[in-house]
Amino acid sequence: MSEETTRYLVTLVVNGVVREAAVPARRLLSDFLRHDLGLTGTHVGCEHGVCGACTVLLDGEPVRSCLTFAVTVDGHEVTTVEGLAGDNELSPVQRAFTECHGLQCGFCTPGFLCAVTAFLRDNPAPTEEEALEAVSGNLCRCTGYQNIIKAVHRAAEIQAETQGRPEDRGGRA
Amino acid sequence: MKTETRTSLGVGASAPRPDGALKVAGAFAYASDLWLDGMLWGATLRSPHPSAWIRSIDVGPALALPGVFAVLTHEDVPGAKFYGLEHADQPVLAVDQVRYQGEPVAIVAADHPETARRAAAAVVVEYEVRAAVTDARRAALDPACPLVHPGGNVVRHQPVRAGSAGSGAEVVVTGEYEVGMQDQAFLGPEAGLAVPADDGGVDLYVATQWLHVDRDQIAPCLALPEDKVRLTLAGVGGAFGAREDLSMQIHASMLALRTGRPVKIVYGREESFFGHVHRHPAWMRYEHGATADGRLVYVKAEIVLDGGAYCSSSPAVVGNAASLGVGPYEVENVWIDAYAAYTNNPPCGAMRGFGAVQACYAYESQMDRLAAACGLSPVEIRVRNAVSQGSRLATGQVIDSPAPLAAMLGELAAMPLPGPPAYAPSGSRRQGGSGARARGMIGTREEPDPRRLPGGVGRTTRGEGVRRGVGYGVGIKNICFSEGFDDYSTARVRVELLGGEPHALVHTAAAEVGQGLVAVQAQIARTELGVDRVTVAPADTSVGSAGSSSASRQSYVTGGAVKAACEAVRRRLEALAAADPGLSLGELLDRYGPVEETREYRHRPTVPLDPVTGQGDSHTQLALCVHRAVVDVDVELGLVKVVELAAVQDVGRILNPLALEGQIHGGSAQGLGLALLEEIQMRDGRVLNPSFTDYLIPTILDMPPMRLSILENPDPNAPYGLRGAGEPPTLSSTPAVAAAVRAATGLALPRVPIRPEDIALAHTG
Ligand code: FES
Ligand code: FES
Repeated sequence: MSEETTRYLVTLVVNGVVREAAVPARRLLSDFLRHDLGLTGTHVGCEHGVCGACTVLLDGEPVRSCLTFAVTVDGHEVTTVEGLAGDNELSPVQRAFTECHGLQCGFCTPGFLCAVTAFLRDNPAPTEEEALEAVSGNLCRCTGYQNIIKAVHRAAEIQAETQGRPEDRGGRA
Repeated sequence: MKTETRTSLGVGASAPRPDGALKVAGAFAYASDLWLDGMLWGATLRSPHPSAWIRSIDVGPALALPGVFAVLTHEDVPGAKFYGLEHADQPVLAVDQVRYQGEPVAIVAADHPETARRAAAAVVVEYEVRAAVTDARRAALDPACPLVHPGGNVVRHQPVRAGSAGSGAEVVVTGEYEVGMQDQAFLGPEAGLAVPADDGGVDLYVATQWLHVDRDQIAPCLALPEDKVRLTLAGVGGAFGAREDLSMQIHASMLALRTGRPVKIVYGREESFFGHVHRHPAWMRYEHGATADGRLVYVKAEIVLDGGAYCSSSPAVVGNAASLGVGPYEVENVWIDAYAAYTNNPPCGAMRGFGAVQACYAYESQMDRLAAACGLSPVEIRVRNAVSQGSRLATGQVIDSPAPLAAMLGELAAMPLPGPPAYAPSGSRRQGGSGARARGMIGTREEPDPRRLPGGVGRTTRGEGVRRGVGYGVGIKNICFSEGFDDYSTARVRVELLGGEPHALVHTAAAEVGQGLVAVQAQIARTELGVDRVTVAPADTSVGSAGSSSASRQSYVTGGAVKAACEAVRRRLEALAAADPGLSLGELLDRYGPVEETREYRHRPTVPLDPVTGQGDSHTQLALCVHRAVVDVDVELGLVKVVELAAVQDVGRILNPLALEGQIHGGSAQGLGLALLEEIQMRDGRVLNPSFTDYLIPTILDMPPMRLSILENPDPNAPYGLRGAGEPPTLSSTPAVAAAVRAATGLALPRVPIRPEDIALAHTG
C-alpha cells in the first residue's frame, strides 16, 4: 500500500457491532465504511455534501458521511442502511419505499432511508410540509420524488400499525 | 396441460421490482461497489484544454511513484485507436491533439485510488494550445471557421421539405430560441471492474446501457475477438443516455490486460461531468405562418445542435430534431434544416428525449406566440392543429395508430387547477379562527407559509411581487431506434422444476438502469407462461443483444422478445401436453425436463430519411405527452416556484402502473430542471460548474405535486399494444413550465433554463 503512512485506530459501533480499522487522518467516514469495512450500502454521489446519498445515522442523527472524517467519530455509534432492517424483515421505512415504488435506480435510496428513519422517530406523524422538508436535503434523479413522499407517509402509517413491535422500528442499533 | 393458472403480478399489475428489496437493504451491488482482493485502481489524466496539440507525454514521473503498476498512453492501445457509437472518431487516449477539456490523455493503475490520482497528475504533457471552436452556429454555417475534424464541421445536415415554401399566411410569428447544455446527472457515477481472464480475454463488470455495443467498440481497440470480451451488467445508478457511450470500459480493460490484475475505475462527480456526453445545446430559429383563425399554413425552422468534439449519437439527434421539428401538428408546408456541428465543447449525445426535446421547446414557444397573435388560448391553438390517427408528418409518414392529441388536451385543460396562491388576499385562505393566529405566525393570511412561495424559507417575499402563471406544452417522441436501424432484442426463456415447482428463468442482455425493466420482464413471463415463480437472470453478453436501454424502447423490444420466447416455450409445452393429456405443468416438466427457447424480436422496419427532402417512414412508433404547469413567480427577484404539474400521456397499454407513473414523474422532473435550473455553463470551451453545488438538479422542494392521467389507446403493431413511455414527459414539461413563467411575467424568455436574472433584470431594467 502506497497510501500516506500515519494511521490512527478508529473504533466504531456499526449496526450494533464493534468494528475497527487503522486509517489515515483524512479518511472520510464514507470511505471508511465502504472500503475499510466493506459496507457498500452507503453510496457516494457527489463527495461534497449536496446529494445526501451518503447519509448515515451517527448516534441516531443523520450526517453526511462524505463530510465526516472517520477519526472524528471514533467511539461513536453508526447505523448504515445495512443496519436498518430487523433480523428477518425490512424496517417500516424500507418496506414503504418498496411498496410505494419510492426508488428506481436506488442509488439515492440508502440516504433517504436513513434520513427518513431518524425523522419519523422524532416526528411519527408528520404533516405534508414537514415530510417534504425532511427529505429536501436528498437528491433523487429518477423518481421526481412523488413516490418518495408517499413512502414517507406510508412508513409513518406502517410504523404506527406496528408500534409495540420494537424489532420493526429500525434506526437505532 | 393446464396453462390457465391465473398468475397475479402479470402484465398490468403493479408488480414489485425484484431488485427492490436488495436496494432498500443496501445489498444491491452497484458498479462502484465491486471489489476483488488484489485489485488495482485506475485513474485518468484528462486534458485541461479544449483544443491543443500534444507535443510530448512523459510518463516517467508517474511510473516512479511507489504503488503504481502501469501508466498507459495512446501508444499502448493494443488495437484500433478510435471508437464511437456511429462513427469511430473518438480516440481511446488522445493521440496528437485534444479536442475538448476533459479528453482522456493517459491512464494509470495503482494499488490505491489516491495513489492512482496522484500518479495521473504526475504525468507531464506538453501542450500547444490552439484557439477553440465554441460557436456551433459558426462551426456549422461559416465556411471560414477552423475545422475541428478534417472532414468538416458538419456532422449531419438533414433538411425536411414538404409542400411549397409557404406563403399565403395571414399571421406570421418568428422566434429565436436556445436550449442550454443539460447533464443527465445520474446519481451513481461511472464505474466498472475489468478482470483479466486466463484465455487472454477480459471480463468486464460495468454500469452501462447497451452491453453488446460496448463490446463491439471495446474488442477492436483491445485487438481481441468479440468472444474474449465478456460483459456483465453491474448495478446501474441511473443512466438517461449518459451511459450509451463508452467511458472507462476500454481504459480499465487495457490496464487489467497490461498488469494481469483486476482493475476498478470509479469516476468522482467532477470527473463524471467530463466523462460522459451531455444533451446537445441548441440554437433554433422558427417561423410559423397561419390563417387568421390559427390554422398552420407553414413552418420554417433552422436548428443547430452543438455536437461538441466527437460524433457520439449526433446524427440520430439531428434525425429526431428534423423529423419531429414541427411537433404533433398538421401542417402542409414545411421547410426545416437541422444540423449538428463539431466544436471544441464537450461531446454531446444521448439524453432522454434527444433531438425532440430541443425542438419541442422551440415549436411550443412558437405555438404560444401564434395563439397570442390569433387571439386564441394556448389550448385552442393546439387543438386546432393537433394531429390524430391518419395525419401525415412533415416527413410524409402517416401516423397509423391512435394519436388522440385533441382529446388529451381537452382532458388536461379540464383538470382542476390548484388552489389560490399562498399570497392571495382571499378570505378563503384563512385556516381556522383568525383570532387564534397572531400576526406574523406562519400560515396566516397576513404571513403566508414561506415554503409555499418562490424563494422558500429564504423568506425573500411575503407575496408582494409574486404573480401566478399557467402554461401548456405538447410533445411527440419517436419510440425505438429509427431511420432504418436494425433494432432488435433477444430473450432466452427456460421453464423447469425448481424445488418441485415450475419456475421460469428469463435471460436477456437488456440493461436495467432503474426504469424497472426487470419487473416488466418477469410480469410478461408470468402472463405468457402462467408461472408464478420467475427469475430474471443478470444481463450479460452470453445471450444475444437486447439493444440499448434508450429511446423508450426496452418494454417494446425486449418485452417483445421475452413474449416471443415465452410463446415458443408455451407451444412446446402445449405439444407435450397434447401428447400426454391430463398432466399438469409440473408433471410435464418432471417427465420431459426443462424447456428452453431463445427468440429475437424486431419492430417494424423503418427507412432512412431522404437526405435532400427528409421524406420517409423513419419511425416505428410515436408517443404523445401533454403537460400543464402552474407557477408562482417573484418577478422582482426572478424566483420561480412550480406549484403543480399535470400531465396526460397515452401509453397504449399499461404494463406496470406504479413503475409507469414513476417514469412520468421522473421525466417531468428532468424537463422542469431544464426549464429552470439545469445547465452546464461553458466559457471558451471550459466547463464552469462540474459539481452538484453549481449544477442544480431539482430537489423535492423544486418538484411540485403531479396530477396524472394515463390513457390506453393500444398500438396494434406493438406487443400488448404498448407505447414507450420514458421520454415523452421529458419533452413537454419544459415548454409548459417556460410558458407558465411567461404567462406570469409577460416576458419573451426565449432561452432555457430561465435564469433568475432573465426575469429580474427585465423587470428592473
Ligand atoms: S456523497 Fe455525501 S452528500 Fe453527496
Ligand atoms: S432512484 Fe435513482 S437517484 Fe433516486
